[in-house]
Amino acid sequence: MLDATSHRFDKLPDAPGVGYKPQHFSDLLDAPGPVAWLEIHAENYMGDGGRPLAQLRHLAERFPISVHGVGLSIGGEAPLDRDHLARLKHLLGWLNPASFSEHLAWSTHDSHFLNDLLPLPYTKATLDRVCDHVDEVQNAVGRRMLLENPSTYLAFEETTMPEVAFLDEIARRTGCGLLFDVNNVFVSATNQKTDPLSYIDSFPLDQVGELHLGGHDEDQDETGAPLLIDSHGREVVDPVWALYEHTIARGGPKPTLIEWDTDVPDWPTLRAEAERAAPMLAAALA
Amino acid sequence: MLDPARAAPQGLVNPDGAPATKRFDVYRNNVAVSLTEALETAFPVIAKLIGAENFKKVAGVYLRQHPPSSPLIMFYGDRMPDFLAGFAPLQHLPYLADVARLEQALRRSYHAGDAAALDAAILQELPADRLMTARLEMAPAVHLIRSRYPIHQIWRFNMEQGAPKPAGQGENVLITRAEFDPQMTTLLPGGGTFVAAILSGRTFGEAVEAATAQVPGFDLTQTLGVLLGTAAIIRLNEEQDR
Repeated sequence: MLDATSHRFDKLPDAPGVGYKPQHFSDLLDAPGPVAWLEIHAENYMGDGGRPLAQLRHLAERFPISVHGVGLSIGGEAPLDRDHLARLKHLLGWLNPASFSEHLAWSTHDSHFLNDLLPLPYTKATLDRVCDHVDEVQNAVGRRMLLENPSTYLAFEETTMPEVAFLDEIARRTGCGLLFDVNNVFVSATNQKTDPLSYIDSFPLDQVGELHLGGHDEDQDETGAPLLIDSHGREVVDPVWALYEHTIARGGPKPTLIEWDTDVPDWPTLRAEAERAAPMLAAALA
Repeated sequence: MLDPARAAPQGLVNPDGAPATKRFDVYRNNVAVSLTEALETAFPVIAKLIGAENFKKVAGVYLRQHPPSSPLIMFYGDRMPDFLAGFAPLQHLPYLADVARLEQALRRSYHAGDAAALDAAILQELPADRLMTARLEMAPAVHLIRSRYPIHQIWRFNMEQGAPKPAGQGENVLITRAEFDPQMTTLLPGGGTFVAAILSGRTFGEAVEAATAQVPGFDLTQTLGVLLGTAAIIRLNEEQDR
């Protein structure tokens, strides 16, 4: 492992950031445009050395970094994977990032890792379990985490609590912050036939430390109803930008990430998404 | 979750309260597609050798038999070499397992810990009797893949423009990483035996003996030149240090 990083960015700026992809390394350093911070997926930087960690160390000298975990399975029934928690603690200790976040979802079943973010029912029992897991993570890594609202394609009959109340209660009980993914709100609301504006208006935005924007795919279910899939493989659509403006008008400007994880475009195309967010953030600041 | 023949779990509903069969399949499909993509990234040469469509089918069988046991998807596919060795429809391509071993080792090498190379002068200036009982320590990025097939040539033929068609015998491929990019070197006869002995913790003298027993004219200088020139050796440990 390389020496610990020497910088210290205490927080993410209320400005656009992007999900970092290694193919953008040089272009990003040469011409960042309005991109003021970067997010990495924790699991991609859990090797022992080599180019990934060297690049990350270099980037961390210049940009605040947000570490976004996709593998903890916080919403799962099983106990958290202690080995994985230890790897996360090691990475966070070495990098000392400006922010750390994970998902309200599960991905581990029978010790198998399913590499997707699967939904959970919202009940008193699952609430207790998620809170225990969040407590365990925050104690293990010694810092506050943000928990992200999921994109969902279906609902559970056993659910007894609205998602917003569920997340709000987790934040209250554990002291964690929230990560608000505006595209996920749009995807879930379309798929669940609910109103995204009332979701946003009931959300505890004062607990939100970061916003996410990303693209989705459009499909239909067997009844012909629209089914949006959270693919992160294209531009953010106009209705999501409109919800984003509504969100920052209500909650104030916040660090805003552009996520583009599949069919990753060239740097100018990704940067153009950040350029679209920048004036909206400036307007919300005014 | 991964078995497409199994029905969706009870209690999953669409907004009208009806069973959410296709909606559940989105998750099922996401998992299979993302793991297939991870295997395509990990084994590009295997995919070229059997064709992209065949590779997707093989990946589909593999990921259901061996779902990941860890969230470190960059290492997913550890069991692919053994899986290919036992996979009946591909028995006519007996070199696949070793090519997969090579690809897996390249990936491990890429993510291995950083380590500074040994100063060659330390090796050159050590008296011969002390050198013979010393042990060389290799960098974490060093791997040796020994095969009955010309796997390095097969790798190059599929990944490098203008590389010659594979021919000839088995190869001992040394993987090293002087900086960030793993590099492959095919060792001369005896060199593979020497490096294998060093990697298994035997002394310098024992490794020379093993290589010479196998190849009477074993060229130690050439092999050491490769190891020093690729930053493979990071330490020389003498008995009294241990």
